[in-house]
Amino acid sequence: MNRRLSKTIQSIPPSGIRKYFDLANTMEDVISLGVGEPDFVTPWSIREASISTMERGYTTYTSNSGLPELRYEIANYLDQSFHVMYNDHKEILVTVGASEAIDIALRAIMDPGDEVLIVEPCYVSYEPVVKLAGGVAVSVPSTMETGFKLTAEALEQKITPQSKAVIFCYPNNPTGATMTREDWEPIVRLIEKHDLLVLSDEIYAELSYDEPHFSFASIPGMKDRTILISGFSKAFAMTGWRIGYAAGPEDLISAMTKIHQYTMLCAPIMGQWAAVEALRSGMRLKDEMVMSYRQRRNYVSKAFQQIGLDCLVPEGAFYAFPSIRFTGLTSDQFAEQLITHSRVAAVPGHVFGQGGEGHIRCSYATSMENLEKAIERIDQFLRLRT
Amino acid sequence: MKKEKIFELLVLLEQDARQSHEKLAMMLDLTIEEVKEAIDRLEKEKVILRYPALINWDKIQGDDNVTAMIDVKVTPQRDKGFDEIAERIYRFPEVKSVYLMSGAYDLSVTIEGKTVREVAFFVSQKLATLDNVISTATHFILKTYKHDGVVYDQQDGDRRMVVSP
Repeated sequence: MNRRLSKTIQSIPPSGIRKYFDLANTMEDVISLGVGEPDFVTPWSIREASISTMERGYTTYTSNSGLPELRYEIANYLDQSFHVMYNDHKEILVTVGASEAIDIALRAIMDPGDEVLIVEPCYVSYEPVVKLAGGVAVSVPSTMETGFKLTAEALEQKITPQSKAVIFCYPNNPTGATMTREDWEPIVRLIEKHDLLVLSDEIYAELSYDEPHFSFASIPGMKDRTILISGFSKAFAMTGWRIGYAAGPEDLISAMTKIHQYTMLCAPIMGQWAAVEALRSGMRLKDEMVMSYRQRRNYVSKAFQQIGLDCLVPEGAFYAFPSIRFTGLTSDQFAEQLITHSRVAAVPGHVFGQGGEGHIRCSYATSMENLEKAIERIDQFLRLRT
Repeated sequence: MKKEKIFELLVLLEQDARQSHEKLAMMLDLTIEEVKEAIDRLEKEKVILRYPALINWDKIQGDDNVTAMIDVKVTPQRDKGFDEIAERIYRFPEVKSVYLMSGAYDLSVTIEGKTVREVAFFVSQKLATLDNVISTATHFILKTYKHDGVVYDQQDGDRRMVVSP
């Protein structure tokens, strides 16, 4: 134990992804299916709009809550796209990426010992951020058998008197699963019964391929207990700009704003103006990117089937999550051997929590050329093993 | 086949016409037969006209071909408009493209020749002398930066971290 560091930080293990990042960096000719960001550059019109604001001297702080123009556009977008209405003055906060929104949402609602139910497999940050907020992370596994959808049964098993909130992400990283209104119904009853708060991470909302995204916050009665978290990274290829937002009831957003104003002050102004442009004029460009992801989703799903990998067809995000159990290897062993022998980088499922072991996450946010080569290499790798 | 799928198929073929029917079928969630049938029909209907390759001729040593874009002002013909004069122009093999334009001139004509002199000769002897051609203004292309959506000197690779959450 290092006495100079907090016990909490020492209890949090380093990211399981780091090992593969380091491995891939030492090798040549690696095809990476391990990238969790779009392979598109931010559309030029969005970049140009931001550059133009910088040229005109827009380099100052903004209001803590974010530019009023951006909050207006976000409120309008959420209403038009997902039929959930928010007051842009009181119920929306612009954050430094959706990551900050998740962090301060948890810090705003948790007291020491409060439990947060985390639907897994999930984004690697949820559990560490719950711990850093002083809470207790409780895993709620989803499985391939249920399509990686959250079920009421799985959730109810983990609810205790200390349960304060549940956090989930749909469309999901790493599984690509989505939830329909019908899927949510039994879960809504449970959430109401136990008076839980909800953090609904909808960062991949626009990357829904077969049905339009259904926002949890749009369910009658849920808006008042839900912090809807999203951003611009995935839909508009704006990962590096660090612009996200939280939308929710006034008391929760106000509490989050308090933390935000003391820690971040505001999100970068140049990113905020880029986000305004994205919502005002970038939807067609976004649609073109989504079309490309959908085509690759179709290709990867079929290709995995052809080479004998059991994989649910992802309905959203840009990840496929095939099962590798039949090889007898752990996900860690599989990923390590795949990169070492075949120079294809994928992320082992276990780093995403319970339900992830026995799978690997393959991102199709890469060129068709890379996908074709990667699948050929994976096919050869599987043939050698079986 | 739904209109949206046809549109997607055409966009994919325009980006890379060498993609196999199998790959297109996988990307579009169609059968190979559906893709083949759609392409055959689109070819018959002359929606798909040809499958050219986009060549950066500047990289071919010894190729000094010259391309010019010519603004042509014409008098349209009664009952025929601009179509007939456009056809007379595009029949010349040197003419690579002809567009009817709005604005200060009527037709934009692209011509390729081996030398500036050859192009100038074509304009003065073959194009400007046509009935109904009032005037021409010739602009020589000095360098191609981008054509048909392709940047010619694209340097940027994949700048992303090789693995990320």
